Amino acid sequence: MTDHATPDILDRLAGVSAGSALDVVRHERPETRRNVQASYDALFEIRDEAEITATERYAVAAFVALLHDADGPAANHYLQLLEQRPEGVGLVKVLRSQAKKAATAGPYGAYPSGPLSRENLAGPTFRTEPSDRAVLGERLSAALDHVHLLVFHLRDAQGSHLALLQQAGWSTPAIVTLSQIVAFLAFQIRAAHGLRVLGS
Amino acid sequence: MTATTLDHPKAAIPAAFTQDELGWNAWLDPVPEEALTERQKEGLVDIARAKSPYFRLLAHDPDILRARTLADKDIFYNTRSGLPRAERELAAAAVSRSNGCIYCASVHARFATTHSKRRDDVQRLLDEGVGVDIDPLWNAVIEASVALTATPIAFGAEHVAKLRRLGLDDLSIADLIHAASFFNWANRLMLSLGEPETR
Repeated sequence: MTDHATPDILDRLAGVSAGSALDVVRHERPETRRNVQASYDALFEIRDEAEITATERYAVAAFVALLHDADGPAANHYLQLLEQRPEGVGLVKVLRSQAKKAATAGPYGAYPSGPLSRENLAGPTFRTEPSDRAVLGERLSAALDHVHLLVFHLRDAQGSHLALLQQAGWSTPAIVTLSQIVAFLAFQIRAAHGLRVLGS
Repeated sequence: MTATTLDHPKAAIPAAFTQDELGWNAWLDPVPEEALTERQKEGLVDIARAKSPYFRLLAHDPDILRARTLADKDIFYNTRSGLPRAERELAAAAVSRSNGCIYCASVHARFATTHSKRRDDVQRLLDEGVGVDIDPLWNAVIEASVALTATPIAFGAEHVAKLRRLGLDDLSIADLIHAASFFNWANRLMLSLGEPETR
């Protein structure tokens, strides 16, 4: 198995070094290891930009990571990928400033009315600022608003949120991919964090 | 393909956490069963999933669906050593309870019951919430799962230390980290692409 010698993206984000106890633990689950990496490749080793561009993918992933931990390894990784794209440097600057304004703590949100209503927890709804929307464009701005919803208050999600994405030009396949990027990042950042803590 | 979202005016939305079987309705058009391409069928991994509107909606991007499905199966079903299945399912249910995904919580609470034979304890998690006091191991599994679910992430060395004191080895704790993290993936898809329905 050649992949024993090669750190994958989760190793890099979790700080797993070859031959460490944590490396051994990860190799006891080769199927998980392989398919978590395949998930990353499916979303970020981009072969087809027809529905959603590489720039959009990296910008969305970077925003998810910034909202979790602005100085963390995932934020650094995706911001670096974004910086290498045309217009990437400008986008990084806007994402950093928007993420500062969007930062909060989750999960919060409302339940369907009934016995769970007493557990409703109010929190902010985010919308990128008009001046930055001009830089980001309507499509990416709508995506960032959606990212904030899915990171912090996912139980507030409604069909109307998908209608907002559609109005900004997102097709059904593109919305599926966008949702997978946000959801995968929520997994990847937690798995990396958990493994880092376990290994330290 | 329509360019609008789908309404389900007659659907009864469950208003409480339950171990009952629920339905799920998509807000966007799933790929029609008869229109699935070979690549989309491969994405489903298990062709029985073509009956599910959730998986047929995810089939719009078959490559990530396939990798995700294979990761999911190994994280939950591969119990060669490591964390027992019941505790993996408990972690999934606790994450779903914390995020508020009534559909995911129903499925994985049911699996936790099947594998632990502790239906009443599982039900208490659903009824009382993630602060429930069940027993030291289950409390620690729930606590660690919820700490991993918080944004910013609240999982720290104290969670690992407690799990180790309760007898979990590092592979078991890594299994728990994967199960809890994975449901932060699943909940976001299930909650944002459609809604549950009482059957």
